[in-house]
Amino acid sequence: MRGVTILDRLSLTVGAGAPTVLIGPNGAGKTTALRLMAGLMAPTSGRITWGGRPDVPARRAIMFQKPAMLRRSAGGNLRYALNAAGIPRRDYAGRIHELLALVGLDGLERRPARRLSGGEQQRLALARALAGDPAVLLLDEPTASLDPAATKTIEDVIRAVAAKGAKVVMSTHDLGQARRLGGDIVLLHRGRLLETGPAATFFTSPQTEAARIFLAGDLLV
Amino acid sequence: MPGDTSAFGLLLAGDPALLAIVRLSLAVSLSATALAAVIGIPLGAAVALTRFRGREGMIVFLNAMMGVPPVVIGLTVFLLLSRSGPLGSFGLLFTPQAMIVAQTIMVTPIIAALTRQTVEDLWAEYRDELTAMNVGPLRKIATLVWDARFSLVTTLLAGFGRAASEVGSIIIVGGNIEGFTRTMTTAIALETSKGDLSLAIGLGIVLIGIVVIINALAWVVRRAGEAYAG
Ligand SMILES: Nc1ncnc2c1ncn2[C@@H]1O[C@H](COP(=O)(O)OP(=O)(O)OP(=O)(O)O)[C@@H](O)[C@H]1O
Ligand SMILES: [Mg+2]
Repeated sequence: MRGVTILDRLSLTVGAGAPTVLIGPNGAGKTTALRLMAGLMAPTSGRITWGGRPDVPARRAIMFQKPAMLRRSAGGNLRYALNAAGIPRRDYAGRIHELLALVGLDGLERRPARRLSGGEQQRLALARALAGDPAVLLLDEPTASLDPAATKTIEDVIRAVAAKGAKVVMSTHDLGQARRLGGDIVLLHRGRLLETGPAATFFTSPQTEAARIFLAGDLLV
Repeated sequence: MPGDTSAFGLLLAGDPALLAIVRLSLAVSLSATALAAVIGIPLGAAVALTRFRGREGMIVFLNAMMGVPPVVIGLTVFLLLSRSGPLGSFGLLFTPQAMIVAQTIMVTPIIAALTRQTVEDLWAEYRDELTAMNVGPLRKIATLVWDARFSLVTTLLAGFGRAASEVGSIIIVGGNIEGFTRTMTTAIALETSKGDLSLAIGLGIVLIGIVVIINALAWVVRRAGEAYAG
């Protein structure tokens, strides 16, 4: 990154089970951490291993903070992801209906994706990330611009995906959401890990002063 | 009106000489545009997506080639194809094929340069998604070309418009031979001076019609693209 240190000495072990939720102020390094896990950038130093080994899980998907919609219909976007994931062609139609219903976009299959509202695009992006039935699902602020009903839809989807055994690593600014979904919480600030632990204890008895300040809604300096 | 040799008379009567000229012009320019598309679109897309030494130079070269005057291209092709030139043995000089070669050379950089710009912009938008989906390089190019197809059709129309309206290169390598290499633009350029004004004016009207049609098509394609891509 041409001399800018974005993540510094971040050592983090993400276990199987309920979602790992990255929290922290703007610029903390949440997106950067997720992009590293997605393999979209390589660490300047240090390494990332999966199950103790460097081989990358085959079924890994990411939903970006600002997802790009392909210039195709909503269904076309899903079909593209299904194809990229190597799903057999005969399953496309069924999977597309299933995925659209899952994120509450039934009936919008033929709508050009870029004509969908911001929140609808975000839900389509989640459906697209789910197309290949990922074993590792990385979500960067998946509900950032959604209304409460759509947020609930997405949280239910995330719960269902995690319950089926996929590992979800996600970021959010919504502490209520972190509490509702998180198995583990990871608090980042200025590229450093401030505190991490199981959600149950993280929210009730944070170990560090920084986490207490952050949870109280005060500014971290 | 039998025997009417005014411009409109020729047009209305479907004068065979005039029709042959129009047909040849379209055949030459459409062939050249098709060839230029086959070369220029993959070339532009490849330059947009790859990083290699001399890439910047390549981009400047393509952009510069768009501005080379057709007469210079005509002269170059003439030298290559003339009997003593390196490709003289093919005997192509003063044939429609020579005109296609010259116009292909003229239109390819236009299509390649515009394609590169279009594909590069789209790539900036798609890069993360396609990379995360593990899409291979050939499929990336196919995706970008397909999703940019409305802009690319406009690019092809621009290339065809340039080819159909240029006179400089085909007059040199074609020679304006009646019934063989005489096109709309070369006929207008040379027949006017010989006093065959009605033919020249008739062809001029046809050319204007073609230009209007191209622009109408470009407009329709753009609207369709907007409706589709949002
Ligand atoms: N390519 C880059 N070059 C230089 N700096 C970068 C680059 N990408 C990110 N940064 C910087 O790294 C820091 C972390 O960015 P990151 O996007 O990971 O934050 P974030 O935690 O996702 O924030 P937000 O909550 O605003 O999304 C920021 O200060 C950002 O400006
Ligand atoms: Mg971010």
